[in-house]
Amino acid sequence: MTPRTPPPDSDLAERRELLDAAGVARTLRRMALEIAERVPQEGAPLYLVGVRTGGAFLAQRLCTLLAEAGEAKPLLGAVDISLYRDDVFRGLPKPEIGPTDLPEPIDGRTVVLVDDVLFTGRTVRAAMDVLADYGRPRAVKLAALVDRGRRELPIQPDIVGVTVETTARESVRVMLAERGEADRVVLRERRA
Amino acid sequence: MSGFPHRHLLGMESLTAAEITTILDLGERFLEINERPIKKVPTLRGKTVINLFLEPSTRTRTSFEIAAKRLSADSVNISGSASSTVKGETLLDTARNLDAMAPDVVVVRHAQAGAAEMLAARLKAGVVNAGDGAHEHPTQALLDCSTIRAHKGRIDGLDVVICGDIRHSRVARSAIWALTKLGARVRIAAPRTLLAPGLDEMGSGAAGNVSVHDRLEPALEGADVVMMLRIQKERIGGALFPNTREYARYFGLSQRRLALAKPDAIVMHPGPLNRGIEISPEVADGSHAVILDQVARGVAIRMAVLYLLAGGEAAASAE
Repeated sequence: MTPRTPPPDSDLAERRELLDAAGVARTLRRMALEIAERVPQEGAPLYLVGVRTGGAFLAQRLCTLLAEAGEAKPLLGAVDISLYRDDVFRGLPKPEIGPTDLPEPIDGRTVVLVDDVLFTGRTVRAAMDVLADYGRPRAVKLAALVDRGRRELPIQPDIVGVTVETTARESVRVMLAERGEADRVVLRERRA
Repeated sequence: MSGFPHRHLLGMESLTAAEITTILDLGERFLEINERPIKKVPTLRGKTVINLFLEPSTRTRTSFEIAAKRLSADSVNISGSASSTVKGETLLDTARNLDAMAPDVVVVRHAQAGAAEMLAARLKAGVVNAGDGAHEHPTQALLDCSTIRAHKGRIDGLDVVICGDIRHSRVARSAIWALTKLGARVRIAAPRTLLAPGLDEMGSGAAGNVSVHDRLEPALEGADVVMMLRIQKERIGGALFPNTREYARYFGLSQRRLALAKPDAIVMHPGPLNRGIEISPEVADGSHAVILDQVARGVAIRMAVLYLLAGGEAAASAE
């Protein structure tokens, strides 16, 4: 497999806005309700685990939304997958390695992995490996704000914000207030 | 990018402050892995690390071995007495044979200064200097810096005392380079027979970053960090100081002497301790001592070094 080196921002032209700020808020609210409805809680609070960095911010927001919707406040964790990537030394710039933070054991719990963009599935594969190193969850569910297709592994999400068909030249960028930008999701295309 | 453009780690003298900081930052991240229930990540799976220790060492070798294993690298230990050197093979021949087995990193400790550099110039593998004679011991300096930064929040502007057998100490040399590059002032304290010429000219940046004292007390006054070195009995012929009792009386770190340093000063020691000689048991076990934290951080720092060296070449060739 040849590694995918992300093109520099200057090579990407914005094609279409998938979600504006209100859209992001609305989509996350619906995802929170779907999580509450479809993930069995079995006496223990939900366990949301975000994939750093985007997914960790989204997991935090879903956590707040669930609490606001009157559900029991879920436990919040985060995983960093940089040391579990299958392309860790394949020409990608050395990523910033963040901490993995799981406040309670995940053994026997139902864990909802939260990621911003679901693409090849390799990130989710790595995140599941991280979880396996921390224990044996009863079940792992996957929630993604955007599913852009083009999977390279047999991985499917359980809860999706928006689904969009993309070409190999396109990419999806999720901008979040936590990173100092206005909430937005855009589809971009590499310039010829 | 990686922030660490080297294939080898041979000493602190050749690194920039930014490169040292890259390793320290990465070491912080790896600390967390050592507290997990399953202390292992798959990052260096399929990489081979050879620990070539041609001088006695338990702690450093174990630390490197654990670091490699926690990153899922395969590590093999070769120690002095077990190796072919006792059969007369030269270091270079030993190393060439190892290189033919295609390791990714060779960690080497040797009694001769420059041994690691000599290997680095000839081997395909990345080389980590784990101590070469009285020259350098870079991972010890890195773990010392990591410990200081964790307890003091910074290194820049601190006053650090290094006391003991400076003449024979690669730990002192590496620490002086690293600390002065990061902006600390180093005060060396030792009997004159255990000092080396040119110490006050070591260190980077402005002159006066390193001061040399032949008594411990003036060096201790107002110090932020006190690093006591082991009296290396095996290196001393007996002529350099009369006996260990006299050394302890003048250069041992006691509670009373430690009171001269800042109230929140930390006490460090690279180990193994000679209790009652360079450090009193009360100080070694006291609230100022961070000696076991140094050991814990040693594993994380060595993980960072292996990660940077074992990954660096592959990353460069893939571009």
